[in-house]
Amino acid sequence: MRHRLAFQVGPVAFRIGSAWRAPIDALGALYAGYPEPEDGICDFTVRLEPEQPWRRWLRPSVAIRGDYMLPDAMPMALAHGLLAAEMGMNLQMALGQKRYLLLHAASVEKGGRSLILTGESGAGKSTLAALLGERGWRLMGDEFALLDLASGALHPFPRAVSLKNGAIAVVEREVIPTRFGPRLDGTPKGAIRHMRPAADALQRMGEGAPPALILFPRFGVAEEVRPVGQAEIFMRLTQASTNYVALGAAGFDALTRLVSETPAAAIDYPDTDAAVALVEDLWRQAA
Amino acid sequence: MRDARLLVQALRDPDSLHDPDWSALVATARAEQLIGSLAARLAGKAVPPRVEAILESARRDSAYARTQALWEAEMCRRALAPLGMPAILLKGTAFHAADLDAAEGRSVGDLDILVPRDRIEEAEAALIAAGWERMKAAEGYDDQYYRRWMHELPPLIHHTRDRMIDVHHTILPLTARPRPDATALIADSVVLESGLRMLSPADMIVHAAAHLLADGDLAGGLRNLWDIDRLLREFAARDDDFWRKLAERSRLHQLRGPVALALRLARRLYGTPVDRVVAGRTRLGDRLFEARLLARNGWGQERHKALRFAFYIRSHWLRMPPLMLARHLWVKARA
Repeated sequence: MRHRLAFQVGPVAFRIGSAWRAPIDALGALYAGYPEPEDGICDFTVRLEPEQPWRRWLRPSVAIRGDYMLPDAMPMALAHGLLAAEMGMNLQMALGQKRYLLLHAASVEKGGRSLILTGESGAGKSTLAALLGERGWRLMGDEFALLDLASGALHPFPRAVSLKNGAIAVVEREVIPTRFGPRLDGTPKGAIRHMRPAADALQRMGEGAPPALILFPRFGVAEEVRPVGQAEIFMRLTQASTNYVALGAAGFDALTRLVSETPAAAIDYPDTDAAVALVEDLWRQAA
Repeated sequence: MRDARLLVQALRDPDSLHDPDWSALVATARAEQLIGSLAARLAGKAVPPRVEAILESARRDSAYARTQALWEAEMCRRALAPLGMPAILLKGTAFHAADLDAAEGRSVGDLDILVPRDRIEEAEAALIAAGWERMKAAEGYDDQYYRRWMHELPPLIHHTRDRMIDVHHTILPLTARPRPDATALIADSVVLESGLRMLSPADMIVHAAAHLLADGDLAGGLRNLWDIDRLLREFAARDDDFWRKLAERSRLHQLRGPVALALRLARRLYGTPVDRVVAGRTRLGDRLFEARLLARNGWGQERHKALRFAFYIRSHWLRMPPLMLARHLWVKARA
């Protein structure tokens, strides 16, 4: 493809090809400092191409294609090409990742052990993980947590954090402007701004950590901590996984081990400062 | 990499790979639904660690695909068992159910079965009673089109498992010029342990060739041709009389041309040892088929738009007489 970029996020190497220069330039700036694939080999290929040949120039529209595709995916405006690339990479992970048990979850690390934050979209896990990553924790990932099928450890997947709508301003207050991508308004999910994780998250992206605590955060309600039974945790995590069924017995064993060995709680919080305090508190109790 | 030749080379002779462009090979193999077959071919070979991890994932996927395919077949068997009619597994599910070499790493999409034409509505009713649903509105154009002209019922989908079944009564559309002998397909079929059946080896090749060259536009053709390679090698090794039977069956089903071409293409691309008489003499047009099969680059992109389009037109031309094609396109354009 005419314009291309390859880099590694945690253990996963991507190559992104594009018919246009702009998305690759934006991606290159956002992913500055990410290593090139160790051996030059990529796990996944993402392609940004015109939906029809003439749409390269005429009202350009970006179709998200690659090794794994959704047949009915909507094409995006060229101005949102960076988001298209991000979505393309997420799609490869969601549909193609079979090496680890993939959990739709954010994760952070402290003292060699990891904390898993999982919940529905909009529960605030990305924002919470991003803030923890600026306040003494190592951000392992805001979107996908990779559970090792053999060791049970969590592998980092520190892609650029995807901040949406109200969360953008919250994180902008704490992070230097050079780590942000452009603000993208009017996307299908509203306003989006990507943020490169802090330097330690990048330097230590090869370092996994065994899970020590699982939290189910929920943003926008009065502060509360509730216990969650193991059966419910198990079910919620199967729903949060894109490849649990496909992994068969290996997936079942890994998830059983995670649930039986890791304490968990559901937390409700009205604002992010309350959430950070809650997390620190629960972490101390779990340790 | 401008075409899919590296993938073909890797499948044909995995030991001949010397520091290839692995990213390209993997992307092409995924696009052609051959990553599982590639993983099977490269098992035990020295490859870089990241490639081994990719192939290991593909093997995991294949194992899951196999379980799913066999389970769908079993669900279908249970639904049809009370009717006491022969139900013959076709394509990928048959390879898995019979444990053929072609099943190694073979992905399976829909479940394809063949039943006697005069009992196909009974089979449909039994499947619907067991939880499969119509995808096309009953009595609509598509529904009528399938029932009147096609070799299969409109596809059914299972309401909880979300898997499709295609119920065939023969192996080519009724509008196509060759008329395969469906009664002979069923009469010669081989019973499997489960009670389900598969086509006889020679008929399986005839069907694969018909599917690749007398019906579709060669999309996914490298995979279908790889099936043919694996099947031919296994059948020829098992039965000294195989090539004679294949010649006889391809004549019976009026598919000598497609079978011969399939043999020549398998030999050309995958180095399949084939009977020279059944394969016939190389023709000038063989190179066009080869170019169409290889029309994908190392980014997994389709190449040669014009050639692809020509084969798309050809697929419709093979499928229906000109007047009917005109009517079909007219209705589809207005829809």
